[in-house]
Amino acid sequence: MPTRKPSDVIVVGAGVVGAACAYYAAQAGLSVTVVDRGSVAGGTTGAGEGNLLVSDKEPGPELELALLANTLWRELADVLPPHVEYEAKGGLVVASGESGMRALRDFAARQEKAGVTTQEVPGDRLHDLEPHLAPGLAGGFLYPQDSQVMPAHAAAQLLHAAGDRVRLRLGEEVTGILTGAAGEIRGVRTAAGELHAPYVVNAAGTWGGALAELAGVHLPVLPRRGFVLVTEPLPRVVRHKVYAADYVADVASGSAALQTSAVVEGTPAGPVLIGASRERVGFDRTLSIEVLRRLAAGATGLFPVLGTVRAMRTYPGFRPYLPDHLPAIGPDPRVHGLLHACGHEGAGIGLAPVTGQIIARCLTSGELPLDIDPFRPDRFTAPEPAPAPGSDPAP
Amino acid sequence: MARTPADLVGAQPDPPFEITFDGRSVTALPGQTVAAALWGAGILAWRTTREGGRPRGAFCGIGQCYDCLATVNGEPNRRACLVPARPGDAITTQEGHGHDRLAV
Repeated sequence: MPTRKPSDVIVVGAGVVGAACAYYAAQAGLSVTVVDRGSVAGGTTGAGEGNLLVSDKEPGPELELALLANTLWRELADVLPPHVEYEAKGGLVVASGESGMRALRDFAARQEKAGVTTQEVPGDRLHDLEPHLAPGLAGGFLYPQDSQVMPAHAAAQLLHAAGDRVRLRLGEEVTGILTGAAGEIRGVRTAAGELHAPYVVNAAGTWGGALAELAGVHLPVLPRRGFVLVTEPLPRVVRHKVYAADYVADVASGSAALQTSAVVEGTPAGPVLIGASRERVGFDRTLSIEVLRRLAAGATGLFPVLGTVRAMRTYPGFRPYLPDHLPAIGPDPRVHGLLHACGHEGAGIGLAPVTGQIIARCLTSGELPLDIDPFRPDRFTAPEPAPAPGSDPAP
Repeated sequence: MARTPADLVGAQPDPPFEITFDGRSVTALPGQTVAAALWGAGILAWRTTREGGRPRGAFCGIGQCYDCLATVNGEPNRRACLVPARPGDAITTQEGHGHDRLAV
């Protein structure tokens, strides 16, 4: 078996989180091998809308991450080429009635205390911001910090900008984790051979649970499916990321049933992206007409003009969901040398830079930008193993 | 005189009719697509690209490549190679996405 020059760290996953881990680790002087069974941005990253949001997050550890990431994305926008399509466009959350407006006001007040910039927009000023919005909405809140990138380009350009310290191995599936006598990480086994490094970062996104299992640890990452509906290319008809107030409740929900809320945004390339649906149906990629019907109805409800244009295509993606809606970031105390950077649910594009920065600081014993205890990877209790067939049931 | 495809197959189409391209009269035969009628009149481009404004017309001719988009009777993004020409159709050159009026 060919031996290859070992790296300082192996990152499993070439989505935006893996790319950010590689970028910040390389910036810190480490040599990195990024390995992915598919292509760059071939999983959830490529199926995302590229939202960098603070508006949808309650005060707490995830919002702290999002605020740090917001600053890092602004720095990255100066480093990465323009075709990552970074746009600090701002988010606009709208409410249809007064009760919804009161809920938004309360939510925004709590976010303000946590460092989020918000601005109340009365119903009669909404059309100054979004001329095509439906009439009769009660009002909304503007979140100037909300931004957007083109996620697949962002992942690819992060890897490119990481430079010579990063080696990329695509189309190579990790089939095992190599450990030493004391159980410490020595690298990974792939279909093509062995790759050696004293650290392995699990950036396998929705498939991070399976990678954790290869390392013998429990990390219950589950897929939460969402569809994006894509219109034909249009001029700028939607200026901000615009979404209905019930989106925040859907994001925070743990329900397995189908939830949809209207989320609409334009892109520099022209198409308008329409979301958002959430349902827990495993890795089922079957097209759901019911979801598309609800997405289209929600979008045309907010922007009637979209009823006059065509939807060109749709695609599903699988958000990597952990039961408490927080990602797993940092060293795994159960396996020396194993770190996790996965489970970001629908916020992975936004949270990628801060995740990469934390991982790089963990690898270099640097100062962490925040307390990462809420994200510790061993916080979930493994289910009791099922009794072996034929064994006695518990007394 | 050059033989036309209609001669080669011995076609006996119904009488021709008029459509317009950017206001100019073009003769079409029943059953022809908009793209075929325009080609028959020597017109090869009826759209400009979104980036750079370069000319585009029929490429694949079978509805797959979306290069031949035209504005037909005010509706943009019709595939000229699939849309049958109808008497009086007004074809106009589509600039970019064809939705400029929606811009805000």
